[in-house]
Amino acid sequence: MKNAERINSLSDLSLGSACQIVSLELSGLLRRRILDLGIVPGTLIRSIRRGPSGDPTAYLVRGTLIALRSEDASQILVKKLSNGEECV
Amino acid sequence: MILSAEKKSLLWQNYFGVPIRNDQLSIALAGNPNVGKSTIFNALTGLHQHTGNWPGKTVNNAHGSYQYQKKPFLIVDLPGTYSLLAHTVEEQIARDFLCFANPDVTVVVLDATSLERNLNLALQVFEITPKVIVCLNLMDEAKKKNLVIDVPSLERELGVPVVATAARQGKGLAELREKILQVATGLLQPTPRQIKYSSDVESALKELLPLVENITNNSLSPRWIALRLLDGDQNFLESLSNYLDIDQVSFQDWEESKCAQ
Repeated sequence: MKNAERINSLSDLSLGSACQIVSLELSGLLRRRILDLGIVPGTLIRSIRRGPSGDPTAYLVRGTLIALRSEDASQILVKKLSNGEECV
Repeated sequence: MILSAEKKSLLWQNYFGVPIRNDQLSIALAGNPNVGKSTIFNALTGLHQHTGNWPGKTVNNAHGSYQYQKKPFLIVDLPGTYSLLAHTVEEQIARDFLCFANPDVTVVVLDATSLERNLNLALQVFEITPKVIVCLNLMDEAKKKNLVIDVPSLERELGVPVVATAARQGKGLAELREKILQVATGLLQPTPRQIKYSSDVESALKELLPLVENITNNSLSPRWIALRLLDGDQNFLESLSNYLDIDQVSFQDWEESKCAQ
């Protein structure tokens, strides 16, 4: 099967690169909180730096730096930006 | 939004632990964490403030008073929250205060450097009360980041007064005081922009609204309550019934005191 538009999880995003949120596979309280922070489908997000033990990771979203545990970030689905799309 | 002065001061004292005099105009200060709410609070009240806890909660409660144009004001600094869809104690306090305490004006303080994230809260407050002022704080920071904000357009889009401030430098506070006075006294009546939801949600709202209007007596926003009912927000329902009980008890007290006279 060909993946024209690969869907990955946010936790797999390499440091320094950006992608676009596709969906949140979270539920309840955490889902609400993530949405309130402006992480909604369509949002551009860039990973900035990572904690010493590889967790958590700080992401730049709408001008704000937000740290997420990889456990939670793995539930957030993202797609790669096609070339020419706006930078975060 | 009708609440007699006696009922209001009873409610404020019993439910929120904030003593209010009948002649005081009340202001609630809401906003995300770290947007300078407390700086604005301090600038407005000076040393005339009291701090403590919200009743039964380990969350700080600060309220203070000031005079402007010979009118006394009572201002309550709410906990910083990203949202009012109550999942933390802080959010619950802020939401209950805005919903049930019925302040004369709510000032939503926004971080001018990250409006996108901050406007979420403002839109939620708009659903609860029309008596809102948006305070664009940290304009000095925004300037450093070369951000230019078109305040008149923002005001037009939001439908409420927008005041740009840099509270640390004391800039914009005179205008803020003036706008607070105008909205609190009803001289200025904002018409905050309301979010239109998908047609499914809107048609469900249309069915719920008449039923909700029956129980709220116009003292609460029926649309906001109907939306939370659709959410199935159990926590809000508890607060709501709690508040309605208190309302009835204080009303009985009031009736009894009338009979005794």
